[in-house]
Amino acid sequence: MTAQPGNMPTYLGMPAFPDAARKAVADSQLRRNLTHATTAIRVKRAGAVAELDDWEQLRQAAKAIKDHTLANLDTYLLRLEESVTKAGGRVHWARDAAEANAIVTGLVRGAGSRGVVKVKSMATQETGLNEALEAAGISPVETDLAELIVQLGHDRPSHILVPAIHKNRAEIGELFRAAMPDAPSDLTDDPAQLAAAARAHLRQAFLSAEVGVSGANFAIADTGSLVVVESEGNGRMCLTLPRVLISVVGVEKVLPSWRDLEVFLALLPRSSTAERMNPYTTIWTGVAPGDGPSEFHLVLLDNGRTATLADSVGRQALRCIRCSACLNVCPVYERAGGHAYGSPYPGPIGAILSPQLRGVSSPIDSSLPYASTLCGACYDVCPVAINIPEVLVEQRARVVEDHKHYSERAVFQLSAYVLRSPRRLAAAQRLMSSGRFVAGRSGRIRRLPPPLSGWTDTRDAPAPPPESFRAWWARTRGGSS
Amino acid sequence: MRIGLFITCLTDTLYPDTGKAVVAVLERLGHQVDFPAGQSCCGQMHFNTGYRREAVPMARGFAAAFAGYEAIVTPSASCAAMVRDYHPVLAEGDTAFARDVAAVTPRVHDLSTFLADVLGVTDVGAYFPHRVTYHPTCHSMRMLRVGDAPLRLLRAVRGLDLVDLPDAETCCGFGGTFAVKNKDVSAAMCADKVAAVRQSRAEVLCAGDNSCLMHIGGALSRMRTGVRTMHLAEILASGESR
Repeated sequence: MTAQPGNMPTYLGMPAFPDAARKAVADSQLRRNLTHATTAIRVKRAGAVAELDDWEQLRQAAKAIKDHTLANLDTYLLRLEESVTKAGGRVHWARDAAEANAIVTGLVRGAGSRGVVKVKSMATQETGLNEALEAAGISPVETDLAELIVQLGHDRPSHILVPAIHKNRAEIGELFRAAMPDAPSDLTDDPAQLAAAARAHLRQAFLSAEVGVSGANFAIADTGSLVVVESEGNGRMCLTLPRVLISVVGVEKVLPSWRDLEVFLALLPRSSTAERMNPYTTIWTGVAPGDGPSEFHLVLLDNGRTATLADSVGRQALRCIRCSACLNVCPVYERAGGHAYGSPYPGPIGAILSPQLRGVSSPIDSSLPYASTLCGACYDVCPVAINIPEVLVEQRARVVEDHKHYSERAVFQLSAYVLRSPRRLAAAQRLMSSGRFVAGRSGRIRRLPPPLSGWTDTRDAPAPPPESFRAWWARTRGGSS
Repeated sequence: MRIGLFITCLTDTLYPDTGKAVVAVLERLGHQVDFPAGQSCCGQMHFNTGYRREAVPMARGFAAAFAGYEAIVTPSASCAAMVRDYHPVLAEGDTAFARDVAAVTPRVHDLSTFLADVLGVTDVGAYFPHRVTYHPTCHSMRMLRVGDAPLRLLRAVRGLDLVDLPDAETCCGFGGTFAVKNKDVSAAMCADKVAAVRQSRAEVLCAGDNSCLMHIGGALSRMRTGVRTMHLAEILASGESR
């Protein structure tokens, strides 16, 4: 495999983050839905994590395991391929999204099926598999409740764990009544009724499906076992009922051994759903006659990952286990919503992962590294200790190198020219002090020209003082330094 | 102890009273302080916006200005964190520069931890009879890890009524150039912070960083809330005679 940037076909042509976020900020219903949902999960996560007094050690262990595995990825991937093959599965290698989609489409056709049931999977969101299958005349059915809501609404996911977090139950009820053909006509917004309607709708799909498509949370190199962690049990239906199972898995999901898995099964549920243990953990190894699928394919996806591995600061993003803890604590995500990130990976992790995987050439990808105040809340909660702010500032440097924002560059070069010299800074301070009359008697500046109008639209700016600290020091303590 | 004050370009230029307050507090405790005139800016805004090349001379200037001081004390945890965490990054690949940076970075302290942890003083003899709430700035909490040092200092101020700030640990939305580049999200975050400040019923909002205070204070003033902002140093420098 040669390293090359990946792509996420479904998200091409997205506007820059600030433009998309502006609309979300103005949508008060969306803000209420997001604040309600993220606040609840944030508080619960903090409680679930506080129960373990060795959380920090677990976190450091997970980081060490992932770093070791990523540093020896070639070895572990080949070991995984060997183990999966020995257990009766077949391994396919996909350089990018298009190759992965072509492999899956070919396998579904080969199985003679016109439809597939899907386990919630980030990798297939990333490749835009559903759209590729539909283009080939194959109907994919999302069976995760939230993914089903997104699919029925011809919508996009806005959260890694809770793809329909932007919708409340009233909106979901309305959608089911309109778009779910077998929904009862008297369906209300009661969560139990909504779940029952989805259950009845999906049951038919589970029982008739020939092919199941999944991702995986982990893949164990030693044994060739794949692991899916979920809450609903719909994933287990897809993983056990169909005759053919196809799993599309990012190459960074591999773990050396079962012992390593233990660490992650302690970290993931507490970080994502704030549970001590998730309700369903399905682990399968190849095929077993008379038990589950009789045909198993593992599609190992690169799509920009090996290129990311070459980046000494950015490669830590590949440690991500898709728990969503960073989304739930992010004040920017809470206000901008997931769609503004222009990728199936929203929030802080998306802000570093999408530019890593796709490069920084498009408007959305060059704006994502700036979609953060660098407050660091994401780094604190990350169960694999990804220093997201560190990666963000690294990527900002890349954006500045790659893009010629001439006016911004001029401003930063001029300000650096002044700020790096105490003498020029002092001169600028005297100039500002002499111009302090613009603030008027209030001592507050209410309007500044662009781009600083972005500040004064909603916030006053302070008037310069009559004398800088430096001038005061020189006047009162003169020459003591 | 030879203490060098790193006042930061923002406080130097726009908030000289904070700098004077740092001088007053340290001198009241019997320390001699110095303001090395060779200092200017730590380069955080440039570094954090991606203009690394422009930040390099500032990191060099910092290491040169503060060489030889036993302690470098600053009223900005954010600038202190920039120096500690990212000046070594700017010096990567240049042995002499990296050595100069390594010599000064461990001596950089923000005012609150210098007082409470290095000097071991929480009662600095201040008197401030007002209802105050404290906003823990993100970089003080999550980069410099100042912990409860600022709160210990505030609790020891005579007359001060310290009230809780709801959702205190949530970012105010400043983020340097974020406030302009992503002004809508920034303003939305700031509006929520202002609401929390009003809910606290404090007369004064205190923090350990003038950049965040400039942001929240700008909105408090625009919305005519009547709530003042004050840097921690200014509260600690307050006394009955002032």
